[in-house]
Amino acid sequence: MAKAGDKGGGSGKKSLKRKAAAEETQEEATAAGDGATEGGVQPPKGTAFPPGFSISEIKNKQRRHLMFTRWKQQQRKEKLAAKKKLKKEREALGDKAPPKPVPKTIDNQRVPDETIVDPNDEEVAYDEATDEFASYFNRQTSPKILITTSDRPHGRTVRLCEQLSTVIPNSHVYYRRGLALKKIIPQCISRDFTDLIVINEDRKTPNGLILSHLPNGPTAHFKMSSVRLRKEIKRRGKDPTEHKPEIILNNFTTRLGHSIGRMFASLFPHDPQFIGRQVATFHNQRDYIFFRFHRYIFKSEKKVGIQELGPRFTLKLRSLQKGTFDSKYGEYEWVHKPREMDTSRRKFHL
Amino acid sequence: MGLYRVLQVIWDTLGNKQFCSFKIRTKTQGFCRNEYSLTGLCNRSSCPLANSQYATVREEKGQCYLYMKVIERAAFPRRLWERVRLSKNYEKALEQIDENLIYWPRFIRHKCKQRFTKITQYLIRIRKLTLKRQKKLVPLSKKVERREKRREEKALIAAQLDSAIEKELLERLKQDTYGDIYNFPIHAFDKALEQQEAETDSSDAEEKDEDDDEDVGEKQFVEDEEVDESDLSDFEDMDKLNASSDEDQDDKSSSEEEEKKALNAKHKGKAPTKGPVQRKRAYVEIEYEQEAEPVAKAKATAV
Repeated sequence: MAKAGDKGGGSGKKSLKRKAAAEETQEEATAAGDGATEGGVQPPKGTAFPPGFSISEIKNKQRRHLMFTRWKQQQRKEKLAAKKKLKKEREALGDKAPPKPVPKTIDNQRVPDETIVDPNDEEVAYDEATDEFASYFNRQTSPKILITTSDRPHGRTVRLCEQLSTVIPNSHVYYRRGLALKKIIPQCISRDFTDLIVINEDRKTPNGLILSHLPNGPTAHFKMSSVRLRKEIKRRGKDPTEHKPEIILNNFTTRLGHSIGRMFASLFPHDPQFIGRQVATFHNQRDYIFFRFHRYIFKSEKKVGIQELGPRFTLKLRSLQKGTFDSKYGEYEWVHKPREMDTSRRKFHL
Repeated sequence: MGLYRVLQVIWDTLGNKQFCSFKIRTKTQGFCRNEYSLTGLCNRSSCPLANSQYATVREEKGQCYLYMKVIERAAFPRRLWERVRLSKNYEKALEQIDENLIYWPRFIRHKCKQRFTKITQYLIRIRKLTLKRQKKLVPLSKKVERREKRREEKALIAAQLDSAIEKELLERLKQDTYGDIYNFPIHAFDKALEQQEAETDSSDAEEKDEDDDEDVGEKQFVEDEEVDESDLSDFEDMDKLNASSDEDQDDKSSSEEEEKKALNAKHKGKAPTKGPVQRKRAYVEIEYEQEAEPVAKAKATAV
C-alpha cells in the first residue's frame, strides 16, 4: 500500500501505468502469478498475472507495446548479465577454461550432401579418368576457346567478351550475327576448338553464360550477375599480360561441383607461367561461384599481396546438360528447380 | 427512300459526324476497326457499313477467304457475308478473286487483290521465321530474384575471397610448387639457424665457465674498446650523411633495419662479444642501431 501511495505522486503516463500494474499485482494473488513460466512473451517476473497470460493478449495497443518493451529490456539485461558471468568464469579459470564455442554459420551447419567427394574415393577417380575431360587432364589436348554472345550484343557485353579473352589464353571472340548454335558447333569442332562460351545478354547487360565443352562434352548454363568490367574495379592493377595464369578452384565438394570445377580447369592451359604471377580464381560459396583475376606478389614467406586485374563476376549454375548445346532434346544431368531445391537454407548442391 | 439514301444517311451520321464504334481517330487520319474493312481507313468508299456492295479478303489459320456482301442479302444479317476459299496458289487465287468480283467496282477488286498479296507475304514470313531460332522469354519472379541477390551478397561476405586466395597462394608456396623462383627458403633456413644457435650457445657457455676459472686472481692488460671495421664504416657513413639529404639517411636506416631483421634470427638480442671470445666459425658482426640514432647523429654533426 505504501508503494501505491508513492507511485500515486508520480506524473507521466508510464508511472501511472506502472502504478496501475502495481495495483493489479497487489490485487491478484501472488501465488497464481508464480505459475506463469518464462517461456515466450510472458509478463515479466515480479508481477503476478493470471496463469497462462501472455502480453500479446492485452487489447490496448499502447499498453501492450509498453509491456512488451519492458519485457524486452529485461531480456536484454538478463542476457548481458549472463554474458558477463560467463566471461568472468572464463577469466577465473584461465588456461583450464573450456574452449570457446564455435559460432554456427550457414556453412558449418550445411546439410551434408551424400555426393560429397571423398578424396580417396576410387570410383570417383575412375570416373574422372574416363570422363570427357580426361583427354585434357592427360595432356592430350590443349584448350582453344571460342567466346561469343547472343544476338546483337551491346557495349557492355562486347567489352566483357574482350576482357575475358585477355584473361583466358588461346581464346577467340567472334560475333554471333544471328547464327544458330547448333550450326556453329560442328564448325567449331572441325576447327579444333575445345570449348565454347556464349554470353547471353538481356537489356544491355550480360546475364547468362553457357559453357560447352566441345567434342561432345557437357554444357553448363549459368546465371551471371554482378559483372564488373575492368574500369569499374577500384584499386586495380595494370592490364594482364600474355602469361598463362594459375587457377584456384575453391570449395567444389560434391560430385556435381567436381565436374563443374573440372570444366573450369579445362579452360586454361596446363602449365601456368609462374613468372606472370597471375591467378584466376573460381571460388564456390553457397552455390555461388565467384570469379576473380588477380596479380600476386610474395612480400615474404608469410605474406602475399594481391591486386585485382581483370573482370569479375559471379555465376550460379542453372543446368548441366550431357551433350553439347541442345536445350530441347538434350539429356540434363542436373537442373536447378527453385521450388524443390531452394526450400532449405542449409542445403547446397555444389 | 432509296437504298442509296439509307446508306448515305448511315455514312452521314456514323462515319462523318457522330459516333461510330469502329472508328479510331488520330490527329491526321481516321481508322476503321471493323474486321470486314478492306482498307483500314475510315472513308466513304471503304466503310463496310455504309456500302451495300462490299468485299474483303481475310485469312484464318493460314487459309485466305474472300468475303462478299451484296444488297440482296441486306435484310438477312445471318447470311450477309458470302465466303469463298481462295486457292493456295497465288496466281490461281488472283484469278478466283477476279472471277468472283467480275462486275464489281474497280476500286474493290483492286483493293482486294492488294490485300490478298499482303496477306500471302506475311504468311510466308511467318513460316520462314518459325524455322529460325526463336527467342524464349522466360519470366523472372521478383521474389526469387530478390532472394537470390541477397543470398549472393551474403555468400560474398562469407567467402572472404581475398584471404582465401592469399591462403591458397601461401600454401602453394609452402608446398614448393613455384620451385626456385622465390628465395624464401623458410623451413630449411630456420632449422639451420636453430642448429647454429644451439651450438654457439653451448660453446659460449663452456668458454665463459673456462674464463671464470682461469681469470680469477690473474692480472691481464686488456685493450681499449676495439674499433672494428664495421664501426669505421659507420663513421664513413656519418661523413656521407653530412653531405647527403634525409632520404639517404632514411634509406640507410631502413636498409640497416632490413639487414637487422633478415639476420635477426641469428643473433637474438646477443651483442657481439669482443675480446677473449674465440670465434670458431665464420662470423658476421652486426651493429644494432635504434631508430633514435639518426637523430643523435644529426645532433652530433650539427655540433
